[in-house]
Amino acid sequence: MSGIVWALLGVALAVILPGMGSAYGVGIAGQAASGVVTEDPSKFAKVLIIQLLPGTQGIYGLLVAFITLPKIGLLGGTPADLSIETGLLILCACLPIAIVGLVSARHQGKTSAAAIGIVAKKPDQFGKAMLFPAMVETYAILALLVSILAVFGIPV
Amino acid sequence: MAVLKMQRINICGLKKNRKAIMERLQSLGALEPDMDWQEDDLLYKMDTAGAKITFEKHANLAEQAVEVLQKYEPVKSSMFASLAGKPLIDRKSYDEIVGEQDTYISIANRIMDLEKEIAEQKAEILKQENRIEALTPWLPLDIPMNYRGTKHTMVLLGTLPEEVSLAGVYAMLAEKAPEVEAVDVEIVSSSRDYTYLAVICLRDQAGEVQEALRSVGFANPTHFTKEKPADLKIKIEKRIKKTQIKIEELEAEIRGMVVEREHLHILSDYYRVRTEKYQLLGTLPQTHNTFLISGYVPAKDANKVADDLEKCFDAMVELEEIKEEEDPPVLLRNNKFSESSEGVLSAFGLPAKGEMDPTTVMSFFYVFLFGLMLSDAAYGLIMMIACGLMLYKFPRMGISMRKSIKLFFWCGVSTLFWGIMFGGYFGDAIDVFATTFLGVQLAEGQSIIPAVWFVPLNDPTRMLIYSMLFGVIHLLTGLGMKGYMCIRDKKYMDCFCDVVLWYLLLFGLLIMLLPSSIFRSISGMEIVFPAAVDLLGKVFAIGGAVGILFMSGRSSKSFGKRIALGAYDLYNLTGWLSDVLSYSRLLALGLATGVIATVFNKMGSMAGGGIVGLILFVVVFLIGHTFGIAINLLGAYVHTCRLQYVEFFGKFYEGGGRQFNPFKENTKYIDIKEENYL
Repeated sequence: MSGIVWALLGVALAVILPGMGSAYGVGIAGQAASGVVTEDPSKFAKVLIIQLLPGTQGIYGLLVAFITLPKIGLLGGTPADLSIETGLLILCACLPIAIVGLVSARHQGKTSAAAIGIVAKKPDQFGKAMLFPAMVETYAILALLVSILAVFGIPV
Repeated sequence: MAVLKMQRINICGLKKNRKAIMERLQSLGALEPDMDWQEDDLLYKMDTAGAKITFEKHANLAEQAVEVLQKYEPVKSSMFASLAGKPLIDRKSYDEIVGEQDTYISIANRIMDLEKEIAEQKAEILKQENRIEALTPWLPLDIPMNYRGTKHTMVLLGTLPEEVSLAGVYAMLAEKAPEVEAVDVEIVSSSRDYTYLAVICLRDQAGEVQEALRSVGFANPTHFTKEKPADLKIKIEKRIKKTQIKIEELEAEIRGMVVEREHLHILSDYYRVRTEKYQLLGTLPQTHNTFLISGYVPAKDANKVADDLEKCFDAMVELEEIKEEEDPPVLLRNNKFSESSEGVLSAFGLPAKGEMDPTTVMSFFYVFLFGLMLSDAAYGLIMMIACGLMLYKFPRMGISMRKSIKLFFWCGVSTLFWGIMFGGYFGDAIDVFATTFLGVQLAEGQSIIPAVWFVPLNDPTRMLIYSMLFGVIHLLTGLGMKGYMCIRDKKYMDCFCDVVLWYLLLFGLLIMLLPSSIFRSISGMEIVFPAAVDLLGKVFAIGGAVGILFMSGRSSKSFGKRIALGAYDLYNLTGWLSDVLSYSRLLALGLATGVIATVFNKMGSMAGGGIVGLILFVVVFLIGHTFGIAINLLGAYVHTCRLQYVEFFGKFYEGGGRQFNPFKENTKYIDIKEENYL
């Protein structure tokens, strides 16, 4: 029965760590964005888009959590009777997005802040500016993918 | 689907036609001036700097006047104002207004003068208000402040730098000036930092009293009024009132000029256009009687421009092909569907010289992949309707804006399609609604509107395989584009070595991979090829690999270096692997849309059925899905761009071309309707 504790720990980590990372990333990009908007309010939409880019890791964490919760019966159902092994398996399945989400969101935030600098000086290079943060996100997507496939693969 | 061919146009006209020709060119907007020449005995430049500055000043004056009007009589602009485009004005009324430019300049000047006067009057009010403020502590005083006393008494006014009570002042005086007996102290007012005193004493003892007071920081007020402070305050207030009335009158006059707003718009644009004309004029080579212009013209318009100028102005026009060493500007021309994604391409970079325009091919993939990432029928429908309405309601929006919105319209169509394929309608909103409020019983995994194809959330590995399949098709198309460019430029050797060999290698590897146990365990698909096909795969893979190893470094003379370069190129296989894996974002983002929508639907249904539950559901549904559309739209947009820019363009396209930037009427407020536009 106590396996569900481990499983829920995994769910919690998948939400907590990428959420923290995204909050940090969006925050640091937002500081840069505010600076640009004080100088030129017309760039608001562009810098807002770039600021939002590091926000996706938090959503990916949420995504894994919401796939896992019904699986262990904590969302609209009775808690499943999990062995410790299964619980630990689910914890492990959540780790990729938890850890990579945290780190990549932080770095994506820094990259976004720098990309906002591009928009400030060369607004016509918006397409390229957007691309640099998107490169960082690739690794969060790969981690998300492994987490999802692993969660689906664990028999409960 | 191409980069428009450019031609060089050389125009030589008579000086008397200079103005007319330049205005004609400007209104045609088909020529990008490009001249490289030196002044000599024959050719000289005209100095237009002075005229240019005057025109610029006038343009700014009109613009500032418009801003002043906007300040006092704002035009309400809706959220969509930027979509509506500039108002259209026909040439005739434009010319009429331009004909009376002096009148409108004096109107603009008058507006600026009024504004300046208002600012001055407002400063005056501020000054008077400061005076009242300085006066306030002395208001209870019922004598003029400059009253110095009678024959035998003397009045001392001033402040002590702290709050002191009346008894405190008397005690202090008794201590510091014990010999003074007749003194009357009155506290006029006091605050935390200051005490305002009126002290009356005998004239012959004033010296001692003053001395004593000074020793505790008594200071005279900065200004002694000639009348009672309260009377003066009333006077100042009257004056402020008068000034305010004056300001209102001035503002009313400005408001009265609001009818001139459109005229000032036109005036500002007229001078802006003229500034640009003189800017160009200052760079043209001129002789005593003639002037020359040279530049790029899209080949399709070249003859029309040439005929037009020759017929109307006796100009000598010559067209030539672009020379090898020239780098002409780039203007794209695509079909109605594909032109919508030109903005995506130019954000990356326009085709460099000799590159093909990948817009057409890219546009299909862009729309396809975008829909796959967003993949919700309802979101797609909303996008379609919103963009369709905008296109319908604002037919005159700016061209690049129009193209972007059209792109999103098509992306909406694609999203609708994939949403139906994958059974996503606001996620699972229909099922949730039906089970919560209508009491419909659904079995696990059952849905009211089932997916036409399959539900990725229930079968992510299948979706993953398809994502990578789409990726492989996208990438191989990119490689094919490279091959096409090589063949077009008759570089058959390059085509064979850099494209065909890679195709061989990749197809060979694919044939080897499909029946393998790794693929079987991931996909659960059992693929068995006949032995001949298996063998063919091996031959392809080995042949391709060996070919690349030997041929890739063919530009290098030394054999060792050539092999090393080949081996390095072969190492790019890992690049292909990571490129294909990168398409797993199709799955990830598709799932993200579905799961976020599901989360909100679940939250909305938490209060169960009934009227309260329904209200909660509607509220959560509206807020949640607005957020869902926004965040997923952003994700789909960014990552579709990324797949095009990094994975697809990485195979064949570099960009770096220069945008065609013709000499035209760059207006800010209005568009001028042309009777005979090209």
